[in-house]
Amino acid sequence: MLALELSYWQETVIKTLVVLAIIPGSAVLVGYIFLLKMMAHMQSRLGPMESGGFHGWFQLIGDGIKFIQKEDIIPSQADRRVFALAPIVVLASTFLLYVVIPAGPDLVVEDLSTGIFFALAVSSLSVIGVLMAGWASANKYSLLGALRAAGQLIAYELPLVLAVVGVIVQAGTMSLPGIVEAQKDGAIFGFDLIGNPFFLTQIVGFVLFIVAAQAELTQTPFDMPVAESELVAGYMTEYSGFRFLFFFMAEFGTAFALAAIAATLYLGGWFVPGVTGNLANVLGPLVLGAKIMLVSFLIFWMRFTFPRFREDQLQTIAWKYLIPISLVNILVTGILKVAL
Amino acid sequence: MPELPGKGLLKGLGVTFRTMLEGAVTVQYPHEKEAPPTRARGVIALKEENCTVCMLCARECPDWCIYIEGHKEKRPPRRAGGKPRTVNALDRFDIDYALCMYCGICVEVCPFDALFWSPEYEYSEARIADMLHDKDKLGEWMATVPEPPALEAGAQKKK
Repeated sequence: MLALELSYWQETVIKTLVVLAIIPGSAVLVGYIFLLKMMAHMQSRLGPMESGGFHGWFQLIGDGIKFIQKEDIIPSQADRRVFALAPIVVLASTFLLYVVIPAGPDLVVEDLSTGIFFALAVSSLSVIGVLMAGWASANKYSLLGALRAAGQLIAYELPLVLAVVGVIVQAGTMSLPGIVEAQKDGAIFGFDLIGNPFFLTQIVGFVLFIVAAQAELTQTPFDMPVAESELVAGYMTEYSGFRFLFFFMAEFGTAFALAAIAATLYLGGWFVPGVTGNLANVLGPLVLGAKIMLVSFLIFWMRFTFPRFREDQLQTIAWKYLIPISLVNILVTGILKVAL
Repeated sequence: MPELPGKGLLKGLGVTFRTMLEGAVTVQYPHEKEAPPTRARGVIALKEENCTVCMLCARECPDWCIYIEGHKEKRPPRRAGGKPRTVNALDRFDIDYALCMYCGICVEVCPFDALFWSPEYEYSEARIADMLHDKDKLGEWMATVPEPPALEAGAQKKK
């Protein structure tokens, strides 16, 4: 345990500040490394090279400052209060995701016994924010965009949840620190050097989770809600300035958070072989960070490789393929859990 | 044997991954410069002594960006007792590069080889009026015009 003894409110303030810093920080990190730099190199370009001096590291921060300086425009017919609240709801769902992700044996905001259930529940809050944004904009294109987004997010919520059920069955707990412990203490046929990352036994679940997360994040093969090159912005049409910045931060903050959840569920979270006790509290965030980067790389690699699906293909993939496969995965996991 | 499902998807991922490792093909312009091909269309140079003020280039220019003014001069006859010759002298030859679209029609139509393409491209200006190059400036570009390609073997050289 940490030697420091803090009162409840001190601890809460520190935890809140850490999470508040993580969201813009992770959005800038993920946006810079993957959106600007990796995509550029995959297209034989270099990406931003000038701003900030070293390889354009300041580009996204500068963009953020630009957004904050802009005029706050709200359409005259818009429902002002709902319009203003929508990006905050979306960002709040990202914020709440970080509550249950463990970065070390003791580094977790709240160890909820229903941790993963909580995470999946709050991540679907963003659908409400999206619908609010589309409805309050007083713009029929925004509204259609919001409905398109809601249809997609709800369809892919199911395979996401069902993919996770396999992990829960195998770990026997819903608490995220508990799932990490289960992977740490596990063994592969008596060989326990690297524990038992569920990535190996739940490979089907891992693939399902990544595909569904891709759709939840509205990254490119599933980016019909925004459809940058065709429809332009969907539910975000009327947003500009710092309200748009909120949506942007939420998108990349959620990408980071879902990658963290995938890393925790399937890759062993903060656990690295041979590190225990207080050392794990120090190294844990770094190890988790590396695993998050690995999962984010997978997500953005797919984003920059594949073209957009058609709307009917999108629904077909979710309902006809992902959900049946995840149900079979749960069944097989359950049978093996009882049999072995 | 039927195609493995998702094989194309993996192939696509392979393409982007390989491209990522290959390095960029772009040039960081102000820091490093690209060497344009010899025959690149950078700027049009004027060889003043070849110009006869025939106005063909100005008339063919789709953008009307060439401004020519000239006057007639009397010259002594070639043979004794002949009529004095009339020649056209060039007073003004301007190309407005703010209008020019680099089609090269003027270079094509010039019957006396007075206009040439040069691969130089660094002549942008802060003021749009400075994009108007007069005949002295256009003459300076002649130094940057590359040698014409060698004649084919056996071709007759023009006298």
